[in-house]
Amino acid sequence: MYTTTEILEQKIQVAPTGELQDTGDLVINIGPQHPATHGVLHLVITLDGETVKKIEPHLGYIHRSIEKMCESLSYRQFIYSTSRMDYLSAHINNHACAMCVEKGLQIEVPRRAMVIRVLMDELTRIASHELWWGAMAMDLGAFTPFFHAFREREKITDIMEESCGARLTMNYIVPGGVMNDIHPDFQQKIKEFITQFKSKIYEYDEMVTGNIIFQNRTKGVGRISKEDAISYGCSGPVARASGVRSDIRKLYPYEVYNEVEFDEILETAGDSFARYMVRVREMHQSISIIEQLIDNIPEGDFQAKTKAVLKLPKGEFYTRVETARGELGVYIISEGGTTPYRIKFRSPGFSNLSALEHMAKGGKLGDLMATMGTLDLVIPDIDR
Amino acid sequence: MDNESIKSQVLEILPSATFDETGEWLNILIESKSWKTFAHQLRSPAGLNFDYLFCVTSVDWKTHFTMVYHLTSTAHRTSIVVKAKLDRENPEIETVSDIWRTAEFHEREVYDLFGVKFLHHPDLRRLFLTDDWVGYPLRKDYDDPINMIKL
Amino acid sequence: MFSLQGITKGVHTWLYSNMSSTTALVVECAIVMLLSIGLFAILGLVLVLMERKVAAHMQIRLGPNRVGPWGLLQTTADTLKLVMKEGLTPDGADKILFNLAPFVIMIVAMLILAPIAFASGFQIWDLNIGVLFVTAVSSISVIAILMAGWASNNKYSMLGAMRSGAQIVSYELSAGLSIISIVVLTGSLQISEIIESQRNGWWLFKGHIPAVISFVIFLIAVTAETNRAPFDMAEAESELTAGFHTEYSGMKFALFFLAEYINIFIVCAIGATLFLGGWMPLHIGNWEGFNHIMDYIPSSIWFFGKTFFLIFLIMWFRWTFPRLRIDQLLNLEWKYLLPISMFNLLLMAVVAIMGWHF
Repeated sequence: MYTTTEILEQKIQVAPTGELQDTGDLVINIGPQHPATHGVLHLVITLDGETVKKIEPHLGYIHRSIEKMCESLSYRQFIYSTSRMDYLSAHINNHACAMCVEKGLQIEVPRRAMVIRVLMDELTRIASHELWWGAMAMDLGAFTPFFHAFREREKITDIMEESCGARLTMNYIVPGGVMNDIHPDFQQKIKEFITQFKSKIYEYDEMVTGNIIFQNRTKGVGRISKEDAISYGCSGPVARASGVRSDIRKLYPYEVYNEVEFDEILETAGDSFARYMVRVREMHQSISIIEQLIDNIPEGDFQAKTKAVLKLPKGEFYTRVETARGELGVYIISEGGTTPYRIKFRSPGFSNLSALEHMAKGGKLGDLMATMGTLDLVIPDIDR
Repeated sequence: MDNESIKSQVLEILPSATFDETGEWLNILIESKSWKTFAHQLRSPAGLNFDYLFCVTSVDWKTHFTMVYHLTSTAHRTSIVVKAKLDRENPEIETVSDIWRTAEFHEREVYDLFGVKFLHHPDLRRLFLTDDWVGYPLRKDYDDPINMIKL
Repeated sequence: MFSLQGITKGVHTWLYSNMSSTTALVVECAIVMLLSIGLFAILGLVLVLMERKVAAHMQIRLGPNRVGPWGLLQTTADTLKLVMKEGLTPDGADKILFNLAPFVIMIVAMLILAPIAFASGFQIWDLNIGVLFVTAVSSISVIAILMAGWASNNKYSMLGAMRSGAQIVSYELSAGLSIISIVVLTGSLQISEIIESQRNGWWLFKGHIPAVISFVIFLIAVTAETNRAPFDMAEAESELTAGFHTEYSGMKFALFFLAEYINIFIVCAIGATLFLGGWMPLHIGNWEGFNHIMDYIPSSIWFFGKTFFLIFLIMWFRWTFPRLRIDQLLNLEWKYLLPISMFNLLLMAVVAIMGWHF
């Protein structure tokens, strides 16, 4: 038996009959250290000249077996390790886990906590999309947008830092509510951020969206049809760009999402440009949600009274939330103890990545980067 | 489409199926042998039309494995859970990667971490761990004295 | 009035009056060599610093500002670091070609320097086919890039080199045609005569619309020829990590890096010479008074001012545009730029024959 590495290095392929044959293909390894993979993703690509013939993702470079670790952590503890999955929407990951535990214990979360959670989620979503926007432009060879995106993202992380005490892995949402009350400047800072965002957003369109080179690079590239998007289990902006309704906030509203007005952004083209537009327009929707809630944070407790040691009743609990990348599912199987018997995270990036080969096959090498950029892959989220 | 109509339709396709309604969604418990044909029927647009497989996982119950498939329909927005019991010594089940394309990756993950063999899977290799890894980490009896954190 | 011509003439006469003609020639060659190597070193440092500062200000940052006043010594420090690094040669590489490539690319860059007029009367060799020499020699750089890509025994390098080969060969056509359209106007290939013909105004203004078109095409084509974004297919760091120089390190890498900047300087100098009058001050027809005032600014300042303006333009492109895809890049050349520049050349010929230019 040949190991994968041997097969890669010797450019040998195992034929269906079991024989080894030299394919004569140009096989290149994109990653695990590569500027365009934004992490330790490893793609083995077979090229015919510049045309991509085959893409084979190799995962596991940052696999920490979070699911196994969670089996020995209590229901209060395991949430912290989930911030390390999709670190760009750490809040939303925590949120999903907290909701799952609350569902099992049937805890009534105070309304103040719910509003704060939604505000934080939407801020995280904007921050994540900002980073994606900059990184995506960088994948296509434009450096400057990256810094412009960080100018706005920095404001969000400052807000996070004040209220949560951390800038990236916040661990702010806990079962029963939020860790501590918001900072007194919270509302004012967010309003400042919204003003700045609205006055600068035109730069984004001028620099990237309207750029003819950018449009040529993304339109018609990495196309996936509606049926294929469903079959590949795509979710989030990737699915919505193909016209699949998949916004969990709309379909299965949680917290206060059914009380705020926002649109589920749908495109039909299914190409990289459509995915780009979905995310850019989603930022505007998030701003709108924040604007509706920011002056309506009710007074009251920020955390429900819960026992020191949480014990979930015997049973199975599944919650799904909409992270910046798509649908995150948390599946807890409890045997009635203080730790979960089995926990499964259904990560959005994992399913979206499985569609990569379908999208980028037959395109040029440069198209692969455009497609990968719009998938917005976060590798720890895939590897877990 | 409510649970009752799903139940009656499922019973038409697969009389041996049993149901569990204690959870949030309807749980359909089936024999692992009948899974492939049942999956085809679930997916068929004319019938139940469950076209979106959003979660595939397995649970080690120490005596047996349970494969858990979470399905939803983008047409009528109902979710169901299909569970199949597997033998612990030789866990085997038919792949559904030709029905739902996303299953290819999810099944590789389950193979990697549980050692469940998916028959007729196009590319059944380890996904996260190295090719020469011994054991299946998410099994309850897996022990790794060096890497595992025990609390 | 200060002029470099006086100095060069003085040195020349002094050498030839005090030595035998052979010795004087050798000494002159040595002086030229030292000067051009010195220019290379300084240009490399200045241009890299300029690029970093331009990039920083476009990206709402400050850029290097710690080493030396306003970060002026940053690039010197970087060069020192590169000199001290080990120059690795990969095991599977073709050692001779691998080590030769950086030098070939530098030699090419140095050769093109010969006919460039830095100031009035300050030119290494005013040969009568100056422009042709430049286009001919600059094509050799593609050999160096292919050499580096092939010899590295690295697939990324190989892809980068192949891309760069296709790209440089294609874009040379447009660049050449737009240069020829100016040659049509001047009737000479000699750099000094081209500059002299712009005494009453620069060709960009005198040559009507055809000159403007060929100036734009020239800018696009040379950006592509020097492998700069948005045409940096050969390096394309998000696709090919570093393209043809992936395997190079230390000073060998620095030579590639330096050559890139020297090439930018050279093509911008050619552009400034052909379209913006080289060292010729801004003259407008027969406005004697205005022309006279302009003459007070030394010719070297005019030359470097124009060249650095064009360099700034090219840097501006790099920091604002995304990269093209390889097929789009070749489409742009073969389907748009080449037909346009051929038609433009025809138009220019008509303009020149009819004497419609000023």
